Amino acid sequence: MATLNRIGWSAVSLGAFIAVWWLAAALIDSALLPDPPKVLEALFAAARSGELATNLLATLARVIASFTIAMVLGSALGIMLGLWPAADRLLGPWVVLFLNLPALVIIILAYVWFGLNEWAAIIAVAINKIPNVAVTLREGAVALSRDLAEMAAIYRFGRWKTLRHVILPQLAPFFAAAARSGLALVWKIVLVVELLGRPNGVGFELQTSFQLFDVATILAYALAFGLIVQAIELGVVQPWERAANRWRR
Amino acid sequence: MSAVSVEIVSKTFPAAGGAPERALYRDFRLDVADRSFVALLGPSGLGKTTLLNMIAGVDRDFVGRVGFGAGGSPRIGYAFQTPRLLPWRTVLQNVTLPLPAGEGARERALRVLSEMGLADASDVYPERLSLGMQRRVALARAFALEPDLLLMDEPFVSLDEANADRLRDLLTELIARRPTTVLFVTHDSREAFRLADRVVALDGPPVRITDDVAVTLTPEQRRMPSEIERLRAALLGLKRGAVA
Repeated sequence: MATLNRIGWSAVSLGAFIAVWWLAAALIDSALLPDPPKVLEALFAAARSGELATNLLATLARVIASFTIAMVLGSALGIMLGLWPAADRLLGPWVVLFLNLPALVIIILAYVWFGLNEWAAIIAVAINKIPNVAVTLREGAVALSRDLAEMAAIYRFGRWKTLRHVILPQLAPFFAAAARSGLALVWKIVLVVELLGRPNGVGFELQTSFQLFDVATILAYALAFGLIVQAIELGVVQPWERAANRWRR
Repeated sequence: MSAVSVEIVSKTFPAAGGAPERALYRDFRLDVADRSFVALLGPSGLGKTTLLNMIAGVDRDFVGRVGFGAGGSPRIGYAFQTPRLLPWRTVLQNVTLPLPAGEGARERALRVLSEMGLADASDVYPERLSLGMQRRVALARAFALEPDLLLMDEPFVSLDEANADRLRDLLTELIARRPTTVLFVTHDSREAFRLADRVVALDGPPVRITDDVAVTLTPEQRRMPSEIERLRAALLGLKRGAVA
């Protein structure tokens, strides 16, 4: 019931967006701002040719790979920085440096140094995301409760029980925040990486359409990928977050 | 069941924020007999919690030693000043987690919970309970472990008197059923005389023992305010005498 309600509100909100878009397209009446039916038409054309599925899958695979790498390495780094002040003093400035390094610089350097290949692309995206994850998880690790750690030590929980029942639940909100902002950032950067140096994927397709000034196809791809990301948010991130927050009053 | 002998040569609080280094304990000695209930009575901020933490082994930054009789390292139950429950685990899980794994653990936890009138709350998350009930869960966690040594750090503060008194009765009852060594920290002398069979009054810093009184009241007398007041008066008189 609650799920239905939430999906209902999302539909209303997105419907309003489409209405505004349609109205603007009708007013401007130009090939550079196609209305929703034209975009759908381009979407179906791409789907029929099979290119849509190929490119979406290529992009999605890159998103998943770089997102996973960034979450694992970023979390490990962030927790380490939060727990050991010495590590934070030593590596903290690096994190700030990478946090502020433009994504484009990292992408170009990765391609220049590692070649125009899949690994360079995925690593470039992951490196862009790792500092964000690390900074978020560092906050979480700093805020870990000493009271509960003492309790776990006195009651002899041991490493595994302490990690599972005491530490990870405290970090859950920080994982969720990092995952949510991470997903949004990663898929945007993946498109740039594809545009600059991959022979397939949504980013590559956008570049082709850009050269042809084919705005309908550009919007069609943006729409398709936006829907996928929205589905991940609704189907994976939010249910997990709810499960992790069940205990809150 | 475990005797405790504490010998602290020196425990200091490091200098912080302009305040100089502070000696908390110096040549302090306390021996607690097996299965005795000892109340440590002293003003707030003296370092009584620190003493419990040193005994529990979570504060190792001191010179001295803590010994536990023959049994080696005892199972310790600790009722903290705040309940310190895991808010993301149910009441039952909170009580079960410290227990050795196995089906027996769940049964034992359920039994202790129902003894303490918490049977209906076993699947509830702690933050949905009142503070009094959370404290009872924390007590249940300590008791389900069947500890050799029970450390209690003002476990009934910030409860109203009626609630605190009910929990004191419950504590007496539980200990009667499963005798164990108890170290009970409090700044409330009425509570100390009501519960303990030995009251150790502390002052400082550095912490020293000013009085060490055996309390030989019957369970009935412990419920009589006049008896408690008589002992308190005697203790306070002693103190005044020492000053004069």
